[in-house]
Amino acid sequence: MAAFTLKINGREHQIDVDPNTPLLWAIRDNVGLTGTKYGCGVAQCGACTVHLDGQTLRSCSLPVSAVGKSEVTTIEGLNSKEGGAVQKAWAALDVPQCGYCQSGQIMSATALLELNPKPSDQDIDLAMNGNLCRCATYVRIRAAIHAAAKSLEG
Amino acid sequence: MNAHVKPATELSRRSLLKAGAGLVLGVYVARSGIAFAEDAPAAKSVNIVPNTFLVIGKDDTVTVLCKHIEFGQGPFTGMATLVAEELDADWAQMRADHAPSNPVLYKNLLFGVQGTGGSSAISNSYEQMRKVGAAAREMLVAVAADEWKVPAGEITVEKGVIKHASGKQSGFGAFAEKAMQLPVPANPKLKDPSEFKLIGKEGAVKRLDTIAKSNGTAEYTLDIHDPGTLTVLVARSPRFGGKVASFDASAAKAVPGVFDIKEVPNGVAVYAEGFWPAKTARDLLKISWDDSKAEKRGTDQLLNEFRALSKTSGALVKQEGDVEAEIAKGGRLIETEFVFPYLAHAPMEPINAFIHWKGDTASARYGSQFPTPDHAVIAQVLGLDISKVELKTILAGGSFGRRAQQSTHVAMELAQAAKAIGPGRPIKLVWTREDDMRAGYYRPFGVHRMRGVVRDGKIVAWADTIVGQSIMKGSPFEAMTFKDGLDSTAYEGSNDIPYAVPNFRCDLHQVDVGVPVLWWRSVGHTHTGYAVEAFVDQLLEAAGQDPVEGRLAMMADKPRHAGVLKAVAELANWKGAKVEAGRARGVAVVESFNTFVAQVVELSMGADGPVVHKVWCAVDCGVAVNPDIIRAQMEGGIGFALGHILYAQQTLDGGVPVSGNFNTYRSLRINEMPEVEVVVVPSTEKPSGVGEPGVPPLGPAVANAMAKLGLPRPTQLPIRPGDTA
Repeated sequence: MAAFTLKINGREHQIDVDPNTPLLWAIRDNVGLTGTKYGCGVAQCGACTVHLDGQTLRSCSLPVSAVGKSEVTTIEGLNSKEGGAVQKAWAALDVPQCGYCQSGQIMSATALLELNPKPSDQDIDLAMNGNLCRCATYVRIRAAIHAAAKSLEG
Repeated sequence: MNAHVKPATELSRRSLLKAGAGLVLGVYVARSGIAFAEDAPAAKSVNIVPNTFLVIGKDDTVTVLCKHIEFGQGPFTGMATLVAEELDADWAQMRADHAPSNPVLYKNLLFGVQGTGGSSAISNSYEQMRKVGAAAREMLVAVAADEWKVPAGEITVEKGVIKHASGKQSGFGAFAEKAMQLPVPANPKLKDPSEFKLIGKEGAVKRLDTIAKSNGTAEYTLDIHDPGTLTVLVARSPRFGGKVASFDASAAKAVPGVFDIKEVPNGVAVYAEGFWPAKTARDLLKISWDDSKAEKRGTDQLLNEFRALSKTSGALVKQEGDVEAEIAKGGRLIETEFVFPYLAHAPMEPINAFIHWKGDTASARYGSQFPTPDHAVIAQVLGLDISKVELKTILAGGSFGRRAQQSTHVAMELAQAAKAIGPGRPIKLVWTREDDMRAGYYRPFGVHRMRGVVRDGKIVAWADTIVGQSIMKGSPFEAMTFKDGLDSTAYEGSNDIPYAVPNFRCDLHQVDVGVPVLWWRSVGHTHTGYAVEAFVDQLLEAAGQDPVEGRLAMMADKPRHAGVLKAVAELANWKGAKVEAGRARGVAVVESFNTFVAQVVELSMGADGPVVHKVWCAVDCGVAVNPDIIRAQMEGGIGFALGHILYAQQTLDGGVPVSGNFNTYRSLRINEMPEVEVVVVPSTEKPSGVGEPGVPPLGPAVANAMAKLGLPRPTQLPIRPGDTA
């Protein structure tokens, strides 16, 4: 066990855990933010996607000891204009079915738009193919990313 | 279940509820004259409390208590649409929540117990929920009439506002408490469909669960962190039927955060403060397993055994004319063997469940798809009267059949884990992805051996010998689904093909294997749809007929099959299977759960296998309640089916499941998702479900398109077995 200070959504959290604890489980079980989901534990499904200093990260596969001073953003702390546009587009198109993967989808889609305000279908494929959706809401995810990009054109 | 017909029931029960601070209107509207069972085990002693489907708050919110689990297929929105339509509510005031476990109030009118399955949510609730809304509307109007001293007939309700020509108006909340005091109307007047404002109307409603599912606030079982909750992971036998012989937990017990370790009937349970300590400790357990009664066959051996059986006749399911005599007459005999793998459901949220056993009472909540049997088994294991046990269904991250456990194995394991450490601490049973994928409850492995005769451009004989494992044997649903000792879900779709063939035979070898199996999104149609639709295409090709025209010619007395087939051909502008260079089209039509779906697939061959560019889909599900949810279920069903026919299989090596995670149990990714165009065929037939029926036609349509490209028609699934992530 060891003490760590995690900066999540702009707040610092002190936790005392096994240094090998994946960031995902620290966020969920120790910090108590449950919007970030467990789906596979081996960085294959993307349900656990968060932002680490603005980049997407599979939080199930990074030990808490490796986070250091990096800033973590979870779905609960998503407040960029791109994030808002993505969430609005998700609602407009009723993207979610079971919804369990959607926090991860939205984190990946937001990071894409923050980097690339007008992604092509190929850009979307590249940015989103690490996020599985067993309900296969992919048609609407793609359409919603395009809609969010359009809404950000102003 | 002993179904019996009950005469029309008076609308009798109602009760006052308090939901938060709001006064509420409780309405219970019984259905009438439909076959159902009253003798479910839990029904007699259950403590009937919240006697309602509807709660109207002082703030005018209308909350529908949904008797079906919401795991993406849309019943929250569907039930609320039915209620809001007849209540003349405004969509913005509608809310939905899960009903608690109560087999009397909340039974599925198709099953007789509370449960979700068979794509039945809308079909069994269509009239029931409309009556709830209509009765509540009449009660609110009666109160308004009394308060305003005007005739009820002069009062109108529109978008949540009760109005009179005198200028008086009110929302629902102000009259809810008084409405509670009134008798519930026995036969509230339902709207004529021409008066519908929400049902079937494009854009009239949005899903009620979208916002919470887009901002991380939707609560699933894994998210439960009640104070003091211990996470429980169970080490289970690697082989089906194995038992713990002995175990050493000394290293595991030393892991910080571990609370206790106990042997349970399924294996060894680790109780810890959170997932990671539980997982770390479980990995350190040393367990020796007794495999003396375990299933040790691998899938290679099963295939050899099934294949040999398929060459002999099984138990007769259906026969017309004389297939063997027709074969003897000559013509072109075509024989094809289809092999279907075990499939895991792999919902995004792996299996889990929560319970707090306090000694005299217990309270469970999780994504229970069959609350009635789950509830009963929890009470039984803990030795409590069922009235002392609460079970609340909550959102679940997908199911595809996985959470509809007729064996109640998760509820049982949950209660056994609680029992093993005794009352006090709440526990959350968590399965890892590997636990879920290796635990069985698969779509059964199976073989279809098809034989057909084509003579003079016509299909004159058809035989289908099926080898498979029964899903329903030994389950509470055996009586409902077995006919003449055979599981009808093993052959559904194969015995009643929509094509008129004068000589027909379908028979079944029902084989016992020690691998637990379960229904999987569209049940028997997952394989019968493929076998029938790929084979008919093969025969039509031999007969020199167009896949669409050839099918239609044999469907004279199947208007709804023919209807969706014509609709999809029109949508896709079908002009034959060959399209531009390098691309081809395939078609298939399958009815499941009384919903008719036809799909056209256009694909080309990539370096590693077929690339599906577009899927056109026509669906006839009777009255379409929520057209956008119907389209969403077709889109999702197509993607789900495509991923599985391309990549998915669970193999067994000496009885041990090989795939444990998505790296080897490959799932469809966004870059592989085709464009999808759906047409919902207008219909005035009774509404039927859409959760499952989008799945079956996709696989054979892909196979048929591949054949038109000159490639072998895939007969052993998946198409790309070696492909991993």
